[in-house]
Amino acid sequence: MSILVHRETRVICQGFTGKQGTFHSQQAIDYGTRMVGGVTPGKGGQAHLGLPVFNSVHEAVARTKADASIIFVPAPFGKDSILEAIDAGISLIVCITEGIPVLDMLVVKAYLAQHPMVRLMGPNCPGVITPGECKIGIMPGSIHHPGKVGIVSRSGTLTYEAVLQTSARGFGQSTCVGIGGDPIPGMSFIDVLALFEQDPQTQAIVLVGEIGGTAEEEAAEFIRAQVTKPVVAYIAGATAPAGKRMGHAGAIIAGGKGTAADKYAALKAGGALTVSSPAEIAKGIAEATGW
Amino acid sequence: MNLHEYQAKQWLKKYGIPIPAGEVVWTPETAVDAADHLGGHRWVVKAQVHAGGRGKAGGVRLVEDKETLRSAVKELLSTRLVTYQTDERGQPVNRILIELPADILRELYLGAVIDRSLQRIVFMASVEGGVDIEKVAHATPEKILTMVVNPTVGLQPFQCRRLFFGLGLDFDLMRSFTQILLALYQLFIERDLSLLEINPLVVTRSGELICLDAKINIDDNALYRQAELVDMRDATQEDEREVLAKQWELNYIKLDGNIGCMVNGAGLAMATMDLIQWHGGRPANFLDVGGSATKERVTEAFKIIISDKNVKSILINIFGGIVRCDLIADGIIEAVSEVGVTVPVIVRLEGNNADLGAKRLAESRLNIIAVNDFSQAAEQAVRQAGSS
Repeated sequence: MSILVHRETRVICQGFTGKQGTFHSQQAIDYGTRMVGGVTPGKGGQAHLGLPVFNSVHEAVARTKADASIIFVPAPFGKDSILEAIDAGISLIVCITEGIPVLDMLVVKAYLAQHPMVRLMGPNCPGVITPGECKIGIMPGSIHHPGKVGIVSRSGTLTYEAVLQTSARGFGQSTCVGIGGDPIPGMSFIDVLALFEQDPQTQAIVLVGEIGGTAEEEAAEFIRAQVTKPVVAYIAGATAPAGKRMGHAGAIIAGGKGTAADKYAALKAGGALTVSSPAEIAKGIAEATGW
Repeated sequence: MNLHEYQAKQWLKKYGIPIPAGEVVWTPETAVDAADHLGGHRWVVKAQVHAGGRGKAGGVRLVEDKETLRSAVKELLSTRLVTYQTDERGQPVNRILIELPADILRELYLGAVIDRSLQRIVFMASVEGGVDIEKVAHATPEKILTMVVNPTVGLQPFQCRRLFFGLGLDFDLMRSFTQILLALYQLFIERDLSLLEINPLVVTRSGELICLDAKINIDDNALYRQAELVDMRDATQEDEREVLAKQWELNYIKLDGNIGCMVNGAGLAMATMDLIQWHGGRPANFLDVGGSATKERVTEAFKIIISDKNVKSILINIFGGIVRCDLIADGIIEAVSEVGVTVPVIVRLEGNNADLGAKRLAESRLNIIAVNDFSQAAEQAVRQAGSS
């Protein structure tokens, strides 16, 4: 088992014929992801990477029975693309696009709330991978190995760091989820933690947070109340100054809130094992599990 | 992106929201002209900088004759204003807002933010206006009334009335209060604001509501569709290196340590800073070179990092997920020789062809140290910064 995606997941790409869409769709196909087509309005009927191109997500779903979509459209079209995927009945939407305006996301989230069966990952995220089965994202497939650690993170390259460490120690990963670095994300830490808790393959969980907002504090409370599996947490940005946006739109300490210290304290109180060095994530897992 | 107070007030005016009569000036001479246009016999002189706490720092003054006005403006224009929100150098003062004073009966607070947990715009109002609202929120949170806006229907008049009655204002003000709030909401959503503060909103003795101060932040992600706001950008209020970095789509933030950092990915960049501190060093900057660490971008990043004279060593931490590490190594080698970097450069490459990348660096005969391990790389950078 795994969470969210597996070898049967049927995936389309929105923004399929663009540079990013093309490159990462080819990577996904090479990895073994069951890509079934793509959408580029105006290019319907063509073939791209040996797969059919459709004018709309609705058409793609009707013809390919796709249940997941990966979005690579430019930021100004992000809102429209996500809403189209929701309306077309896609159940897992992975939005890689960075730079979608916050107010667009407020509208997306309100629409999403009316579709409780639909999951949105991102925007501004690396995507999701179940090693050896399905990769929907921009992460390098080769560093992942099937295994027993579930990883959930707000960062891209920092997630790869956790993957490397867990691969090096032979733990492997059940599924790795990047929820993205934006202030208004789709899935939250809590959504992913709940899935890991129920997944028999996942025996330990790594949570990689960062400064800004209160998602880690909310996750800490959820861990305390609902998670029985060991959780190891690292928060990036202990040295970040207040009031400055650290690359990610969501990584900012505002009004004294969202500091790494607050998040560490909450996670500790919630029962997670916290590590203050990003190089000691896998060591933390060994400590928390006895592996 | 931030606006100056006078720019924020121009937007309020466009949306029909009452502000004091005023003019912005760049010189002491035009300040006197402005006072002539405005009339009256007392004027408020307000230094325009991107920072709060101007009043306590001497950036806001009430003057009663034109000679004092001229000298106050002259003095402010020649200084940098240091407030509790700026660094020790302060912010340059290039523009001064001259306004007619209001006859204040009461000072209120109005604000709107995007609440990340609720994922909604939230309006706030308080009778504790004119003071630091964060202190009010901390000491007496019950004094801040809030109203959550559903984006599907927008802010509704009944919500404005609930805030109005919560504040206990005179009934005569209900219509104008509601109109101001509804207009502020339109401004917020049409101009992609991320924060809007009117502190204070004053009730005058003649029974009017006026926005005496205004603060506006704009969502950077939305600037592509807000050309009019982009034109209002005042780069003098931002760090020069940060402005330069933006032109190359690099994310740079100046810090006060001596170890320069160049990393791909925001999370990994923060983690690299953390690890430097963990080993007893201090990062000189945050720098995310983004997904494509090409030679051109690495070169520009080096230029920006070494323009900070505090930098004693540079730590490069690149995760070559999709891009091959040997290509990144070639880019780093070329950039180091082109820019003429003299401080030691510690490079940690991970991912595709990492070994080949390390080999290229080792053979470069430049002052480049290749280290495989994340933690050891940070440790090495700290040691090099200490010894050079």
